[in-house]
Amino acid sequence: MSGASGNPRAALTLSGIHANIDQYHILEGVDLVVPAGELTVLLGRNGAGKSTTLRTIMGLTTIKAGRVRFGDHDITGWPTPRIARAGIAFVPEHMGVFGQLTVRENLVLAAINGPMDEDRLAWLLDLFPPLKKFWDRPAGNLSGGQKQMLAIGRAVIEPRQLLLIDEPTKGLAPAIINDLADALEQLKAEKVSILLVEQNFNFSRRLGQSVAVMNDGRVVHTGSMAELATDDALQHRLLGLGLGAHQ
Amino acid sequence: MPTTNHTAAPAGTPARLGASIRQFRDQHPHWFLLLGLMLAALLLMDFTTWLVLTLSGAAMGAMLFLMASGMTLTFGLMNVLNLAHGAFISLGAFAGATTLLFWLNDQAAASSLWLNLAGVLPALLFAVLVAAAIGLMFEWLVIRPVYGDHLKQILVTVGGSIILMQLIEVVWGPNEIPVPRPEAFSGAVVVAGIALEKYRLWAVALGVLVYALMTWVIERTRIGILIRAGVEDREMVEVHGYRVRLLFLGVFIAGSALAGLGGAMWAMYQELITAHMGDELMISVVVIIILGGLGSVKGCFFGAILVGLINLYVGFLEPRLAAVATVGLMVAVLMWRPQGLIPVIRV
Repeated sequence: MSGASGNPRAALTLSGIHANIDQYHILEGVDLVVPAGELTVLLGRNGAGKSTTLRTIMGLTTIKAGRVRFGDHDITGWPTPRIARAGIAFVPEHMGVFGQLTVRENLVLAAINGPMDEDRLAWLLDLFPPLKKFWDRPAGNLSGGQKQMLAIGRAVIEPRQLLLIDEPTKGLAPAIINDLADALEQLKAEKVSILLVEQNFNFSRRLGQSVAVMNDGRVVHTGSMAELATDDALQHRLLGLGLGAHQ
Repeated sequence: MPTTNHTAAPAGTPARLGASIRQFRDQHPHWFLLLGLMLAALLLMDFTTWLVLTLSGAAMGAMLFLMASGMTLTFGLMNVLNLAHGAFISLGAFAGATTLLFWLNDQAAASSLWLNLAGVLPALLFAVLVAAAIGLMFEWLVIRPVYGDHLKQILVTVGGSIILMQLIEVVWGPNEIPVPRPEAFSGAVVVAGIALEKYRLWAVALGVLVYALMTWVIERTRIGILIRAGVEDREMVEVHGYRVRLLFLGVFIAGSALAGLGGAMWAMYQELITAHMGDELMISVVVIIILGGLGSVKGCFFGAILVGLINLYVGFLEPRLAAVATVGLMVAVLMWRPQGLIPVIRV
């Protein structure tokens, strides 16, 4: 079944996805290719359908039409746990950290294939030192930035092929945003495919290799980040803002 | 530090004592209440009576804990209000009684501890299996369509409860059935001149064992982590690759099995069972899970022991008040701590 229609360089391909939340038609034919081993940034205004796109990939909203292809599999309509076990990790906007569980327990839960690999755990704790410091404390007591580290840590405690990360910088202090960017750089170096929803253009410009822009439930532009970052007119047209105005 | 010097700080010492009692009360409300109740009872009766009543109350509490722990799991963790829980208590009682009466009567009637155990343990096991198997079917047929809707849960589980209890009457008949308590579990052991009923000692031991086991599973194992996580955020548990439905099905089956175990223990304790015994016990069960704090196994354990003790103490001191003591305890605890002794669910 290996994809005759699939692009071998694509980690994930969405074709013509329509999805609703309750009675609202949120995605109206999303076509998107996430290249393998690259970080793709998904940009767009509030309400453009970025978060819903991630949730739809994860099987958390019902697909009305269209196909989702992940590697060799057509995962359209798969239940969420099966999608997760196929190798997609999802860090939602609200982070979804289990506050009653300790940092350790959050990570144990995320390591679905058995005990955590010691080397990988050491690497992770090196990447996010606060996790080590608060190892046996309830995750609910962590600060926003530390929760975000835990949320991303959970997603990468075992190697996954694709990470979906929704606005990791939201509400975080600039110094912490920098730390996060450093960590994502490391993950990029590991050749994990990442689809990142981000409103902070400086952050996404630094990390993104390719970019897709959504508007009104459709992808209206795809290309390289370098191209978008240097083209003020394009930015203005797609995002409705100049770089200078958006920090 | 406490001082033995009576001239030092005459006003400070009692104040400090008061402060440390208050601190203990706030940090360990379950121990505070339990010790306070036991101490108050000790002041109102002689020591031997107190000891016998305390053991009896603890035994009753331990059996109530077995029944209530299943309900605190399904209600507290899965947010399923299963008013048919009492029917599973009855089912366990009848399954255990059947084993002792018909299949292993020789072992139950023998006068050796090991032979008796060879009758009682299979009886308890059979009670657990029957309750678990019916629990599996019940979840599938009755609970599954009404997840997330309390009103519907009340309606269908009350209906399901009536059906289960009528089925018990169809199989076992409408009359009370006497249950033999094997010899090794009857009578009393005499310790320092005080007769302590053997069965009650066994009941306390089993209750503590099950409590320790449940605490271990919930606190220390991956299953326990998943259960606690599932209570907090089901969707994120699924996002990590776990099927929450299966997890909750497992919890429901475990809860039913515990009800069955408690029912079988209660059957041998009362030595007389009816199909509706579960309904009568449900009042205590509901009181226990509410005053313990919904979803808290620890709160459930302490709540059950408290209910057992207050029943026996008040029953001895003023029998006419025994019926209101349990509910009175719940009202008092809820006025003090509206979410129960040890809340785990933040409402």
